[in-house]
Amino acid sequence: MADPAGRVVVDLDGVISLLGRFPALSGLNLSVRDSEIVLLRGPNGAGKTTLLRLCAGLAPLSGGTGRVLGYDLSVRKDRRRLRRESGLLSHQTFLYDELTVEENLKFWAQANRVELDTIEPVLDRLDLAGRLRNVSISALSTGQRRRASLAVMVCRRPKLWLLDEPHAGLDQAGRDFVDDIVRHAVRFGATVMLASHDLDRSIDLASRVVQLAGGQLVGSDSADSAVTEWAPAPGYLGTDLDADLDTDLDSGEASNAS
Amino acid sequence: MLHDAWIMARKDLRIEWVTRVATGQVLPFGALVLILFGLALNPDLVIVGEQRRSILAQVAPGLFWITVLLASLLALGRSFALEANDGNVDALKMAGLDPAGVFLGKAMAVAAQLLAIEVVLGFGAFVLYGTPLANFVMLVCAVILATVGVAAAGTLYAGIASGLRARDTLVPLLVLPILSPVLLAATLSTEAAVFGGSGGWSWVMLLGVFAVIYLGVGMLAFGLVMEET
Repeated sequence: MADPAGRVVVDLDGVISLLGRFPALSGLNLSVRDSEIVLLRGPNGAGKTTLLRLCAGLAPLSGGTGRVLGYDLSVRKDRRRLRRESGLLSHQTFLYDELTVEENLKFWAQANRVELDTIEPVLDRLDLAGRLRNVSISALSTGQRRRASLAVMVCRRPKLWLLDEPHAGLDQAGRDFVDDIVRHAVRFGATVMLASHDLDRSIDLASRVVQLAGGQLVGSDSADSAVTEWAPAPGYLGTDLDADLDTDLDSGEASNAS
Repeated sequence: MLHDAWIMARKDLRIEWVTRVATGQVLPFGALVLILFGLALNPDLVIVGEQRRSILAQVAPGLFWITVLLASLLALGRSFALEANDGNVDALKMAGLDPAGVFLGKAMAVAAQLLAIEVVLGFGAFVLYGTPLANFVMLVCAVILATVGVAAAGTLYAGIASGLRARDTLVPLLVLPILSPVLLAATLSTEAAVFGGSGGWSWVMLLGVFAVIYLGVGMLAFGLVMEET
């Protein structure tokens, strides 16, 4: 579990991240400590994926200040170093469809300057060492692709694990397996941020739950006391509009009555 | 940088070996263009000058390089489609690969594929158009240097366009104007190599200068290209 006095790994203050002109993150504050497992919750479009990409050094920092693993997100050279030390499991596989599982792992191991010896145990552990080893990625099921992506990430041994819907597309055994790997990584000093709609499973895994809405942090609590019902933040996705509409209707009804 | 270039080139060539896009699609496309040129230009028409020569043989060097440029657009599009799939550009960034190495590797892979295609198309042009050959060494030098130039400039501009929605139509618009000096120098040096004549080596040297410039600019600029993709 996370040490409350542990080193701050992610320190974001008033962070704004624009995707084109759209503010995917609009003044977000977040602090994550060493060895924490932070679950990001929120509806679609809340900014979870952008937050993970920002922490990976991939999404732009358009405003505010942010440091991840000690690297300043506003400095290009720092972002490049951060990328090497963080790992992102995304909706995309980050794999070449035309190559086999083993060829992909070898390429990414060499690209990440990881010893090729580390591949074999990882293939074993992720149940990819058998007949799947020589199957091209395009022929794999969604769950098998997910495992292959995870295998690349495990080989990298990043300090910060950024997992976007890590349980998506996996069967029960695969989901258990992801949880084991995440816990294992944390035992060895990694910090994990994950976005998931699979709340029952993710809350068991997380040490803290953070709620996002409209690109802002709207709540943060320990996983034990985290509410399971999400309450929309004021102003989020037209909640104020609904309130205004109610008011207008009420006043309309009142004027009609008078 | 060289390590990164090597693994990128090997990966791209491995994918080509598996999918056979260059041999199955780009090469037939190039061959078709050569044949269509042959049909469009009357092969019986003869230019009478110092030596009687069919018009097809006379314009063969230019037709050959236009065919190569058109085929290179397919190869370049394919090269970056590999990275656009499943967010692999992001994964390359996460791996911390040297952008200059990524550029060199992709350019090397494209150049290797183009060279293989050029050998077949060149043989086809000699047979179809009845072109003579005066200086084999000059021809080989011109082909290698022009291919390096095409691959380097093409890789840079295909990389720039790869992040854009209209990349399929933008790549030719960006690449072809940039490659027009290479087309001119390659055509004139190839003419000198096949028909003989003076001035061929100076065009070959100019191709070398283009290759060095395009490689240098690509290696310097590709970091920014990857960052913005």
